[in-house]
Amino acid sequence: MNGNWRTWVLVGLGFAVVIAAIYFPVLQRRVKTTAKIPQPTEEQARRELTQAVAQSPLDAVVKTKLFWTSSEDESALAPVTIELALSKDPVLRAKQVLNTLLAGPVDSDLRTLPPDAALLAFYILPDGTAVADFSEALATSTPSGIQSEQMAVDSIARTLESNVPQVKRLKILIHGQELDTLAGHVDLTQIFVVDSKTAQRGAITLDLPARLAFPPASTAAAPNSSVAKESRR
Amino acid sequence: MHISNGRLFFRIILISSATALLAGAPLFLSSAKSPQQPASGAAVIAQQSASPIATPPYPTIPAPAPQRTGLNIVVIDPAHGGTDPGARGAQGIRESDLVLDLTFQVRRALEAQGFQVLQTRSGNENPSFDDRSTLANAQRGAVFVTLHIASTGLPGTARVYTMPESAATAPTGGVLGWDHAQAPYVTLSRRFGDAVQGQLAQRFKGSPNNAQSAAIRQLRTTGAPAIAVEICSVSVQDRSDLDRMMPGVADAIARGLATFRPSYVLPGEPGSRP
Repeated sequence: MNGNWRTWVLVGLGFAVVIAAIYFPVLQRRVKTTAKIPQPTEEQARRELTQAVAQSPLDAVVKTKLFWTSSEDESALAPVTIELALSKDPVLRAKQVLNTLLAGPVDSDLRTLPPDAALLAFYILPDGTAVADFSEALATSTPSGIQSEQMAVDSIARTLESNVPQVKRLKILIHGQELDTLAGHVDLTQIFVVDSKTAQRGAITLDLPARLAFPPASTAAAPNSSVAKESRR
Repeated sequence: MHISNGRLFFRIILISSATALLAGAPLFLSSAKSPQQPASGAAVIAQQSASPIATPPYPTIPAPAPQRTGLNIVVIDPAHGGTDPGARGAQGIRESDLVLDLTFQVRRALEAQGFQVLQTRSGNENPSFDDRSTLANAQRGAVFVTLHIASTGLPGTARVYTMPESAATAPTGGVLGWDHAQAPYVTLSRRFGDAVQGQLAQRFKGSPNNAQSAAIRQLRTTGAPAIAVEICSVSVQDRSDLDRMMPGVADAIARGLATFRPSYVLPGEPGSRP
């Protein structure tokens, strides 16, 4: 009896050792895999939170125009129409389309915004000025250059213009702050006109002051009426 | 496009700086003189020599050279510099170095046409946007050309950018603030840009025929016809591809400026609109 009991205990222990020996390498691999997963940064955590735009079952699926780089001309934008469930609320709707724009097209070469950029906040003021706050990656990862920076801004502005009619103007912030330029060239201190009709009105109602702030060095030359008249038109 | 207000005090300081620089502007002028100046001086001396009784026993003061009614000064701005290399490509290509080389070639092409040329930097410095604008704003009859190399775009092409028409909208009444210095010049800048872009399109296939619009920070505070020229791009495999473009770009700017020159006539009163 005693002998049988000891035999069964030894068999059980031996079986456990065999199972452990088999499972140990698997366990080791899992530990290594887990260690390799990068911990989310503060920015990434914030991005995940801000990207969680609630989608309601009431959101209608509509054709949405998103502006990425044209496949035929890399210096121009081209609209890509996709079907998205968009909210009727302009702020939620703007977040949905901008997050889709940031996610990029199927062909990643046609991106206009860096893949690691995120929309941190978006709101619309009563006068139709939208404030879009992007993560620092928009400034640090957008290729430096007039063309690339202007295309980045234009893709945001034209996507909003096509899908969120309540947005008339756009102010871009980077991590809550106003930057001088996007990546060294395009001016971010200004407010971009989104609604093209508003832009045309602004140009027509041009009314300039009579004097510049800084006088030229000499006063001798005669005014040229043709140039002066043209600039006043 | 509406440009935001703010930083009024800072603007006043900058305007004061511009005025101060105005007084010392000749110090910055190139040693190259206007082609009219020596010609006028020589004419005065020749007339005096031809008449034996007109020779005075005291040194004569040459009559002042007639003032040009159009532009004669070009401010060239090699972008970036110092700690800001601008766009960077493979094999150590740096925008800040390339645009400086391009500047020297543009300068030679312009001086050959009789323009006085000023540079916002001659070495590896990085003046601020406002310092670069100040150099142009303190001159009378100047145009401003900022030079860039793009990160992206079709290699072998070149584009001219000017501020969009909507940038011509400025706050009404009173003096025009530093932040809106480009506003009265938007139309002239576009005309200047189209002239240069037309020349570039002839030389570099794939370049557009007309100047493009872009909200460029450097141009906004420049109170003169102002354009940005951007060459594509630092993504080329070999820097020599860009070096080969430079003489053509320099010639295009010089010829475009010669085309634009007659249409830019200075206003008659200090501070008046173009």
